[in-house]
Amino acid sequence: MVETQTALKTRMEVKSLNFYYGSNQALKDINMPIYDRKVTALIGPSGCGKTTLLRCFNRMHDLYPANRYEGEILLDGESIFGMDIIDLRSKVGMVFQKPTPFPMSIFDNVAFGLRLKGIKGTELKDRVEKALKDSVLWDEVKDRLKDSAFSLSGGQQQRLCIARAIAVEPEVLLFDEPTSALDPISTAKIEELIVELKKKITIVIVTHNMQQAARISDYTGFMYLGELVEFNYTEKIFTKPDKKLTEDYITGRFG
Amino acid sequence: MSRKIRRKLFSNFMLFLSFITAAYGIFWLFWILGSLFINGFKYLSPELVYLDPTPAGQEGGGLRPAFVGHLIITSLATVIGVPMGIMAGIYFAEYGRNSKFFMTLRQITDIMVSTPSILMGAVVYAVLVRPVGHFNGFSGAVALALLMLPVIAITTDEMLKLVPKEMREAAYALGAYKWQVIKDVVMRAAKVGIMTGVILGVARIAGETAPLLFTSFNNNVLTFDLRDPMASLTVTMFNYVMGPYHYWHQQAWAAAFILTMGVLLLSILARVLLHRNLLEPLFYIVRSITGKKGG
Amino acid sequence: MEEVAYAEKTLKEIRTRGLFLERFLKFSFGFWALFAGLLFPILAGLILLYEARLAIEKFGFIHFLTYTNWDPVAEDFGALTMIFGTVVSTILSMLIAAPVAIGIAIFITELAPNWFKSIVSTAVELLAAIPSIIYGLWGFFILTPIMATKVEPWLQEKLGDVPLIGKLFQGAPTGVDVLTTSLVLSIMIIPFMASVVRDAFNMVPPIMKESAYGLGATKWEVIRQVVIPYTASGIAGGLILSAGRALGETMAVTFLAGNNPQIPKSLLDSFTTITVALANQFTEADTDIYLSALYYVGLLLYLVSFTMLGIAKFMVLRLEKRWKV
Repeated sequence: MVETQTALKTRMEVKSLNFYYGSNQALKDINMPIYDRKVTALIGPSGCGKTTLLRCFNRMHDLYPANRYEGEILLDGESIFGMDIIDLRSKVGMVFQKPTPFPMSIFDNVAFGLRLKGIKGTELKDRVEKALKDSVLWDEVKDRLKDSAFSLSGGQQQRLCIARAIAVEPEVLLFDEPTSALDPISTAKIEELIVELKKKITIVIVTHNMQQAARISDYTGFMYLGELVEFNYTEKIFTKPDKKLTEDYITGRFG
Repeated sequence: MSRKIRRKLFSNFMLFLSFITAAYGIFWLFWILGSLFINGFKYLSPELVYLDPTPAGQEGGGLRPAFVGHLIITSLATVIGVPMGIMAGIYFAEYGRNSKFFMTLRQITDIMVSTPSILMGAVVYAVLVRPVGHFNGFSGAVALALLMLPVIAITTDEMLKLVPKEMREAAYALGAYKWQVIKDVVMRAAKVGIMTGVILGVARIAGETAPLLFTSFNNNVLTFDLRDPMASLTVTMFNYVMGPYHYWHQQAWAAAFILTMGVLLLSILARVLLHRNLLEPLFYIVRSITGKKGG
Repeated sequence: MEEVAYAEKTLKEIRTRGLFLERFLKFSFGFWALFAGLLFPILAGLILLYEARLAIEKFGFIHFLTYTNWDPVAEDFGALTMIFGTVVSTILSMLIAAPVAIGIAIFITELAPNWFKSIVSTAVELLAAIPSIIYGLWGFFILTPIMATKVEPWLQEKLGDVPLIGKLFQGAPTGVDVLTTSLVLSIMIIPFMASVVRDAFNMVPPIMKESAYGLGATKWEVIRQVVIPYTASGIAGGLILSAGRALGETMAVTFLAGNNPQIPKSLLDSFTTITVALANQFTEADTDIYLSALYYVGLLLYLVSFTMLGIAKFMVLRLEKRWKV
């Protein structure tokens, strides 16, 4: 269904995935690839399961009981359900809808994941600095690394969370509507950052905002009622979708 | 009179009644605090703190053993009770939230907050006093610690509940173990709230008398040995109020004044901590004056 | 190459340590949770039961509950006087406190302007924070003389000749009696009760009240027809919860009841309660059976207060569940 391009490597692969909240099926037979160092967007109306799918990629659902997966998700050919969950989560990072700074200093926030891995001393300092530079926050915070993370603005907090996530050098980074709580200027900054990050990291982003998906993603999956209706490269989805349902949603003739 | 006016009048009348009830509550508070101030302040003297009690009936003396004993017993109870309570609270909030069994235990713990405190004394007496053969300060601390345990457990649980789950998820998403999430993120976020709970817990046990009556009992002599009977302000007050001498009553008033001020200060401190954002502007000004950067 | 190997080794160490702590901490937290919610309540009950065994064997259950004699010298014990005293003082204090507490809760949630609201809330919280022995001391030194010389003679004069009610005001006005005890007890539980009722009131979604106001209801009509019915189980739970506290209160009543093991015939008679008996007699109990009888009444108090608090908790929880979004 997707036209093959040369040198396109599959980083993750979802194979006939079903997901249940208790007895309630939230995802139905999802099949999709996540390509290496591309931005894959998941779009669809609220309640369609896009966030649920995203949270399957790092098994965030494991935190709550009665959640059940069926099927397979592969990361570099290895099943994520067989992996140690700590390993999985340090390989597949996540940025949330609202900024989630921890109640500690800016430096400690970014160092959090690194310290978990036992990184100390100058290496810790260097990697925090690198992560903050990569997330284009360094210039704004370099003089106040000891300040509380709560002293930052909303947009800065979100970039801090991105810095925190990329500091541990994940292979895949999941974004769950990362700009929905932000103003347009901060949103633009985050979008630029995502485009920049894909040079190194594979990105999956859930978004409510179709323009955002069109602007930053290479591949787009459209979901509806727990099913993946259509998956293709972004341009195709937004210009000539195969399915009528997708077209209706894209053009706003929906719900 | 139209129906509408009648309804309005009736409404205002009932609201006036509710105002009266509020005034009634405040009236008692002022009366109690007022008489404490007047009588307590009158008999306050430095001797009260640094002199030992005189033999019964002989005027003078002070309550030094009670002040010292009270501090020792309360501190020891805090040291024992707070960690137990916080650990139980963490389990209820972080591990047991989805388990029916542990949520039931949480409700039972909440009930234990209100169980008659005198029974703690009776229970501890059977375990730590009678087998030893004499009253001892340690058993008093244990009785108070047991009293504190459910209070701390429940407030810890309530405070941890306030930490948004997104913050936990963000920590898990970085590959943290559960204990790391709890220690480095959740507990930090709830720090002020838990401190408040601890202070309120201390305030509560600091004013307790009943559990000490048959555990630490009383002592006219200053002692630091937890194996000995140990005086406390509250038990001393109990004995002095019931006693026949006028100067005992005066000393009881003074002790009551000091104890109440201490306990009220603790609860006010707890309120201030919890509502610190109310004072945030003030802190901001202080910071900008002193030039210190606050975290 | 060496560095990578080193990094992998430390990572592995961290993992092992992490996994160990994960289990160890879960276990220790879990133990204390189990202790606080299960072991401790059960152990406390068992200890009371064990210590009470002598008295239980000797006096049985029904006999002990219905027998009025409490005679340490003859080693003949029945708990009716204390149970009666506990029940009567609790009920009376509830009768005084409940309307006041509900009134205060209404005042705080619906009526007071903000600045005054915080004064009343603070006052109520301070009242709650005052140690109970202070209530007792204040009641004994300040209130008792006033009751004895002013209030009680006045009550006798006004109500003494009224049929039926008059009987409640017979006897010498000493101030150390059922009336003073219940009054002080009521002052003591008002703040607690008011805060439980206030919490229940605050749980009513504003939109419910607004819809009633939107239909032209007066403030009182909204309270009476929306707020109170919707929080009924919470209010009832709060009242029972406070009763459970009043039941076990010791220091506020111990100076005021007179520690007299008799069934009071009027409000001006001295009497005793379970907690008063425990506080005054526990250290004096010189025989095994005497101490055991005291443990027996303690056990009864434990069971009754636990049950009452449990019922109350259940009712409050039901209210919370209803408003859970």
